[in-house]
Amino acid sequence: MSKIPEKQPGDPNTTGHSWDGIEEFDNPMPRWWLWTFYVTIIWGVIYTIMYPAWPLVQSATAGVLGWSSRELVQEEIVSFEEANAPWNAKLVETSLGDVSKDPELQQYAVNAGGAVFRTWCAQCHGSGAQGAPGFPNLLDDAWLWGGSLEDIETTIAYGIRNEESDDARYSEMPAFGEILEKEEITQVVQYVMSLTNAQTDDAAAQAGKVVFEDNCSSCHGEDGKGDVTQGAPNLTDAIWLYGGSQEALTETVTNSRFGVMPAWENRLTDAQIRAVTAYVHQLGGGQ
Amino acid sequence: MAILDKHKILETNATLLLIFSFLVVTIGGIVQITPLFYLENTIEKVEGMRPYTPLEMAGRDIYIREGCYTCHSQMIRPMRDEVERYGHYSLAAESMYDHPFQWGSKRTGPDLARVGGRYSDQWHVDHLRDPQSVVPESVMPKYGFLEHRKIDGKYIGDVMAANAVVGTPYTEEMLANAQADFRAQADPDSDYDGLLERYGDKVSVRNFDGQPELTEADALVAYLQMLGTLVDFSTFTPDPSR
Repeated sequence: MSKIPEKQPGDPNTTGHSWDGIEEFDNPMPRWWLWTFYVTIIWGVIYTIMYPAWPLVQSATAGVLGWSSRELVQEEIVSFEEANAPWNAKLVETSLGDVSKDPELQQYAVNAGGAVFRTWCAQCHGSGAQGAPGFPNLLDDAWLWGGSLEDIETTIAYGIRNEESDDARYSEMPAFGEILEKEEITQVVQYVMSLTNAQTDDAAAQAGKVVFEDNCSSCHGEDGKGDVTQGAPNLTDAIWLYGGSQEALTETVTNSRFGVMPAWENRLTDAQIRAVTAYVHQLGGGQ
Repeated sequence: MAILDKHKILETNATLLLIFSFLVVTIGGIVQITPLFYLENTIEKVEGMRPYTPLEMAGRDIYIREGCYTCHSQMIRPMRDEVERYGHYSLAAESMYDHPFQWGSKRTGPDLARVGGRYSDQWHVDHLRDPQSVVPESVMPKYGFLEHRKIDGKYIGDVMAANAVVGTPYTEEMLANAQADFRAQADPDSDYDGLLERYGDKVSVRNFDGQPELTEADALVAYLQMLGTLVDFSTFTPDPSR
């Protein structure tokens, strides 16, 4: 057992608690700590006066500063809209074909359109517009529904085969699995592959030519070069949206494809649609 | 001060300390939570909110089961960058039929509060099957198995009844027709007039996953394609006092 130290004069008072002879000094709290504590209390009171805080009967107190997150975001959006307003107005007034004749306007359109593209279009068409299986590459010259400025604008504004817009581009390839025999499908696939010199069976390809002329040429054309007025792809350019292998083509002919693109007329402004049209058109494939 | 000296009574009596601690926490809770039940501007009145259809409800359950909320939020904050990217900031009313809400607290993937209608159904199916096939830089895992898990909505009425207990206004008729509505929404060849009558004309009736069987992919895509599309923002004027 250690000896309990004698109490020295000048020692702080003790709290009076004692456990096994161990006593607790009753030291005051550090002054800097105590004052910080008081300041936080005062700060808390001031904060609830300045900012929305106390719930009352109908609503909470609005605060002296009138702070509102909704107003802040609205103000910020409006400030950017106003800054861009002259450009957007000019973009909407200028005919699509003339945008590129004004280098400054074209630069604005391409930059604004690029931002729109990366926000709304990149998930399907790729961040570099390179596309993905089932979602067209926008860098090449192959356009399902036309690659002119007007065609691109129509496609963006109303979309393709969607339910939202009555003006959406629409066409539907029949599922030939219900129309043709399996053998005929094999033949026509061989024929379609022969258009890009990829067939494996000459005889089947020859037979498939007849099947093609009877069933496919009304949309894809006698020469298989497609028809942009009904979104029928060119089959002779070796560019395949859903794959050009025998399996992929057999699947396409048997069950058909039905690519859908949403309409953007209600999500984007006219200026945004025209900007992204200009952006897509100048990527390399515009006609 | 005399009253502070009495504090010693609490400090030396464990039972009293427990009772008074509980009292303090109760008062704090009441002050913070109760106003949410009576303040008139807590939930704004908006046009268009409706309870989820049975198929959407099943999709929502799959969304929760697969832990989608751990990487995807459903809460567009009132900030310009979020509004520009995702659309109008989220309103409390948009989660009013969510039990529990799916606001989430972390975004590894993008916010999904307004993902509905933004992509085609086929995109969702491709993306669930192999996210990198459409978004090469994505780190999302594959959910292709959802296409192979058939569902029949046998218990969806019970799920809806449970939601009705906590306040979702499902009518007797909705509960009674739950399984029929569940099947009808994924089959455009079926008689889905009853579904539209009960849940509104804007309900999408499609074969969401593009294959003949009714699968979990149908339900999840139906749910995703509905997200953020219910409120009619043309009739909405934001109240700035919040």
